[in-house]
Amino acid sequence: MTLVHDPPAFASPTDPPPPSLERIWTSKDSGPIQFVTPDGELTDLGAEYGVDRALAQTLYRDMARARRLDHEALALQRQGELGLWLQCWGQEAAQVGSVRALSPSDYVFPSYREHAAALVRGVTPGELLAQWRGVSHAGWDPGPYAFHLYSLVLGTQTLHATGYAMGSLLDGADDVVTVYFGDGAASQGDVNEAFNWSAAGNIPVLFICQNNQWAISTPTDVQFRAPVHQRAAGFGLRTFHVDGNDALATYAVTREAAAIVRRGEGPALVEAETFRMAGHSTSDDPSRYRTETDLATWQARDPLLRLETVLRSLDTRASYFSELEEELERLAVEVRRACRELPDPVLDQLFTHTYVDPHPLVDAERLAYRKFVELMSVED
Amino acid sequence: MTDIQEFALPDVGEGLTEAEVVGWHVAVGDAVAINDLLVDIETAKSVVELPSPYAGTVTALLVAEGATVPVGTPLISIGPAGAAPAEAAPPAEATVLVDEKPAVLVGPGPKDASPRRRRLGGVSLAGERLGDARAAAWPAAPRIRTFDPDPDAASAPVVGRETRTPVKGVRKVTAQAMSRSAFTAPHVTEWLSVDVTRTMEMVRKLRAAREWDGVRITPLLFVARAFLLAIRGFPGINASWDENPQEIVVKHYVNLGIATATPRGLIVPNIKDADTMSLRELAEALDRLVVTARAGRTQPAETSGGTATITNIGALGIDAGTPILNPGEAAILAFGAVRATPWAVDGAVAIRDVTQLAMSFDHRLVDGELGSHVLARTGQLLHDPGAAFLHV
Repeated sequence: MTLVHDPPAFASPTDPPPPSLERIWTSKDSGPIQFVTPDGELTDLGAEYGVDRALAQTLYRDMARARRLDHEALALQRQGELGLWLQCWGQEAAQVGSVRALSPSDYVFPSYREHAAALVRGVTPGELLAQWRGVSHAGWDPGPYAFHLYSLVLGTQTLHATGYAMGSLLDGADDVVTVYFGDGAASQGDVNEAFNWSAAGNIPVLFICQNNQWAISTPTDVQFRAPVHQRAAGFGLRTFHVDGNDALATYAVTREAAAIVRRGEGPALVEAETFRMAGHSTSDDPSRYRTETDLATWQARDPLLRLETVLRSLDTRASYFSELEEELERLAVEVRRACRELPDPVLDQLFTHTYVDPHPLVDAERLAYRKFVELMSVED
Repeated sequence: MTDIQEFALPDVGEGLTEAEVVGWHVAVGDAVAINDLLVDIETAKSVVELPSPYAGTVTALLVAEGATVPVGTPLISIGPAGAAPAEAAPPAEATVLVDEKPAVLVGPGPKDASPRRRRLGGVSLAGERLGDARAAAWPAAPRIRTFDPDPDAASAPVVGRETRTPVKGVRKVTAQAMSRSAFTAPHVTEWLSVDVTRTMEMVRKLRAAREWDGVRITPLLFVARAFLLAIRGFPGINASWDENPQEIVVKHYVNLGIATATPRGLIVPNIKDADTMSLRELAEALDRLVVTARAGRTQPAETSGGTATITNIGALGIDAGTPILNPGEAAILAFGAVRATPWAVDGAVAIRDVTQLAMSFDHRLVDGELGSHVLARTGQLLHDPGAAFLHV
């Protein structure tokens, strides 16, 4: 299916346009950077930057595809086809805006909810769902996508990214190793070690914190006193704070942050304020700890509606939307088909995947396993 | 009929073994598309909506509303578009009464799903909303079933001259909480008859006062106020027994629970930090709590974290009772009816407004002396509500 393999349109590596967003956003007093208000109006800063129509269309399409995949996956979980699913609904702009601002070769370490970013990198729906269907520990080969496997251990990927970036530095590459994590993970020791280690070593890591306001059932005001971007600044990172439901602002901010890292000026962090619209997972009932008022507030800040308003105000062709709608229908069919067609794992493969090279103990165990299977089939 | 596909109850929550069918969104004969909502189920974790994995026509609903079935049980049959209802379907006259409106549960017939269509907590596939709208839309009237497709089903109807109602929802939670409380906390209940004439005068005075316009003034407000002041004097009553570390936890805040009858049953929402409120704030909080609860819109956070409770049984015309503690709390005060009663005043009999207070406490951590002090102080304040009563 070509629709899931479409070559992603990544940022052109031209210099970031002035003015510097880092200079504009200098103190903790100013709120997150915003280009487009929740009503779809350009802010002064947004107007100064201007809107690149092609970019806006790309980001909108990415977000719409992610949302459709997400909702299809939820339905598949409710139909018993997936064991578990962690929805990215509401966080599309934070993911799409940031990942599009990277170079395609910049290696990304996701957490476990970065489905929108994964789709942009070309990971297919089937690969994405395999882990959640329970047929594979991980669904894709990270190399070709420069997109690492999901990390379910909270925050651990920040250290993996920091180590990977050290390797990249030793290789003399100019990669911006990018790592996604959440507001809850930021309380973990691993994340704080990664901040300190990367800053002390001038290691080229770009940290993207999606602050979705809830660490499962713990709200941010219980989770921490100083926001993540302030804490990271304390470790010596260059930090940004952006409205993570504003795809255009997230893109511009991430681009500037990535440029800092690429120039060898050390690690940077973008804190994107967003909201997890669904539960933590399909096993979670958020109505037990969140109010409807909360949801209504964030529903009004929906990232897709906001960018759609911008696109319509730019007189985007109606065919853009209708073609996208058709593409989403095809995507939905593809998601359902790919999920149901995922092959069940063969136990024998377990022995193949344990070590790269042959290992006598594994060989012995494989032999014993095969004998057992043979025995059982004879008895049948 | 070979193209009929069955959709079986999935495990929607990592290791759940069963779920209750709360309500069908579709009826036999309905056309359904992929991902159309079929049914709401309630698991041990939450209520979730199940979307259709198939497109076609519903030929049979295989599980009745209210039944709890194991994971893997076929829920619904869906045939190709226009498929006839399954022959094995129970008779068409079998009905379930919901909101006193008959609606066909199984078998062909007119569809009237609207009264059964409830908006539920958790994730909505349509994406239009989330959160606990569930309470608001639950039917007010008891759901009476007259149809029993399977004598073994959990949902049993009128049998002979008995009605058997499955224990679930708020009733189940209430039953568990009451059993746990009654059989873990040794209860002591004390009574006190109080002449509350002056409190009732104050209620009338405030109701007439211009500066209290728009504030709902009730005798319960003054009982709450008196109880809070008594707790301030004897903080040891505002405590809980923590079994595991074997500790007594005294709370330096009072989240005052008010037992409230709601469409869903008994719930005990509480007023957070009620001890820091002025009388006016308390009155407003109390009014808000009651209105929200009666409308069925109480949020889960509002029923958790209570530290002491009042139950207003007088509103039902009752004089006194032995209330059972809200689990995790050490005291509950029952406020009886206020009656004009012959009462000895300065050596003569006068007609006074008299009520009975009954307070149960957890004898593990509250001795008779402390409990008596709290009840006596509450009564004393209601007997003689001074100016201090009006201010923090």
